[in-house]
Amino acid sequence: MIDLDIEVAQGSFLLIAKVRLDARAAALFGPSGAGKTTILDAIAGLRTPRRGSIAVNGRVLYASDGGVNLPPHHRHVGYVPQDVALFPHMGVRANLLYGRHPGVSADLDRVVRMLEIDGLLDRRVTDLSGGERQRVALGRALMSGPSLLLLDEPLAAVDVPLRRRILPYLQRVRDELTVPIVYVSHDREEVDELADVVVNVDAGRVVSVDQVRGS
Amino acid sequence: MEIWRITWFTVACAAAATALILPPGVVLAWLLARRKFPGRVLIETFVSLPLVMPPVATGLILLMLLSRRGTLGGVLERLGIEVVFTWKAVVLAMAIMGLPLLVRTARAGFEQVNARYERVAATLGASPARIFLTISLPLAWPSVLAGAVLAFARALGEFGATIMVAGSIPGATRTLSVAIYGYAETGQDAMALELLLVSVAIALAALWTANRLVERSAA
Repeated sequence: MIDLDIEVAQGSFLLIAKVRLDARAAALFGPSGAGKTTILDAIAGLRTPRRGSIAVNGRVLYASDGGVNLPPHHRHVGYVPQDVALFPHMGVRANLLYGRHPGVSADLDRVVRMLEIDGLLDRRVTDLSGGERQRVALGRALMSGPSLLLLDEPLAAVDVPLRRRILPYLQRVRDELTVPIVYVSHDREEVDELADVVVNVDAGRVVSVDQVRGS
Repeated sequence: MEIWRITWFTVACAAAATALILPPGVVLAWLLARRKFPGRVLIETFVSLPLVMPPVATGLILLMLLSRRGTLGGVLERLGIEVVFTWKAVVLAMAIMGLPLLVRTARAGFEQVNARYERVAATLGASPARIFLTISLPLAWPSVLAGAVLAFARALGEFGATIMVAGSIPGATRTLSVAIYGYAETGQDAMALELLLVSVAIALAALWTANRLVERSAA
C-alpha cells in the first residue's frame, strides 16, 4: 500500500500527484516528460517535494507537515534507474551484495536462481549484455530487502526480443517475492503483461487510475 | 653529506605535508563537488587563494598568524608548541601551498563520477560516509592520486612561503629550493648545480611514478 500526495517543483515544471496504490505491480504510464521518473525519485528520497506526504505500508517516509523526511538510505526502497547504474569498479557478486543487511536481506542463492544469474557471479559488470545487466541490477535492489521496488523503464534499454525474455523475471519478482513494484513505462503491451494498476500521468498530473483486467 | 641531508629533509617534509592535507583535502573536494552548504564559495576561495597570491605574501600571513604575537602563535606558545622557524613551519608552508592543487584536481575527479552511482548506493541503504568510501573515492581515485602528486611536487619546489615562515637555517629548515638560492647567491655555484641536478632527478622520478600509478588504476 502506497499513499502518495505530493507536489514536486522542478524548475518551471510542477508535478502534483495524489494517489493511493494497493497493487502488486503498478505502472506509471504516460509520455516522456510527464513526470513519471519524478514520482519515483520522490518516493526513493532522491528528490524532495515542495510539500505533501509519502507512506509505504503505513510507514511515513516523508511528511512536510510533520517535518519527516527520511534520507534515501533509511527508506528501504529498491530503485533501478533507467541506465541500471551497476557499480563499474565492482564485480557482479560485489554489486549484488552491496546493499545486503544481515537479517533483512533476501537470500543470495534464491535471488540468483530466480533471476538466473548464477553463472555471472564472477564476471565484471562491463562484460555483461544489456539483459544481464538489467537482471543483475534487479537482483542488487532485491538483495537490500526492500519493502518496495521502483523500476524506471525496466525494458526501455533492451530490444524487443530481449524484452520478451526479461518480462518473466519481473513477473517472478512480483509473484514469488511479494515485493510490490512501481515502474515507469510508456509501452502499452508491457503495462498489460505486468501491472494490475495503471496510473496515467500526463503533464505533471495524475489523469486517471485504472485496474488492468485479467491480472 | 650536506646535499643528501637537504634532499632527505625536503622529501620528508613534502611527504609529511602531502599526508597532512590528504584526508581533509579529499573530503573537502568531495563536499565541494557534491554538496551545497552555506559558506561553500567562501571555503572554495580561501583554499584556492595560495594559488593566485604571491607565495611570499602567503608566507607573511602565516608568519603573522603563527609568530608569538600572532593569534594562533600565542595559543600554541602556551601549549609549548613552537612552529615558526622550525621544520613544522616548513611542512605547514608546503601543505598550504599544495592544498589548492589537491582539492581542485580531486574535486574535478569527483564531479566526473556519475551521480547515479551515489544515488543508487543510497537507495541500497549506504550512509553518506559509506558511499564516499566505497563508491565516490574508488571511482575518483586516479584524480585524487594525480592531485596528491601535484601537491607533493609543489611542496618539493616551495620557496616563497617557506623562506618567510621558516627561514633558511642550515640543518633545521633549509630545503632544496632555499638552499639552491642560498648557494647561488653566495657564489657557491658547484653546490647549487649539484642540488639542481638532484631536484631534476626527484621531479622526473615523481612524474614517472605518478604516470605509472594513474595508468595502472585506470586500466
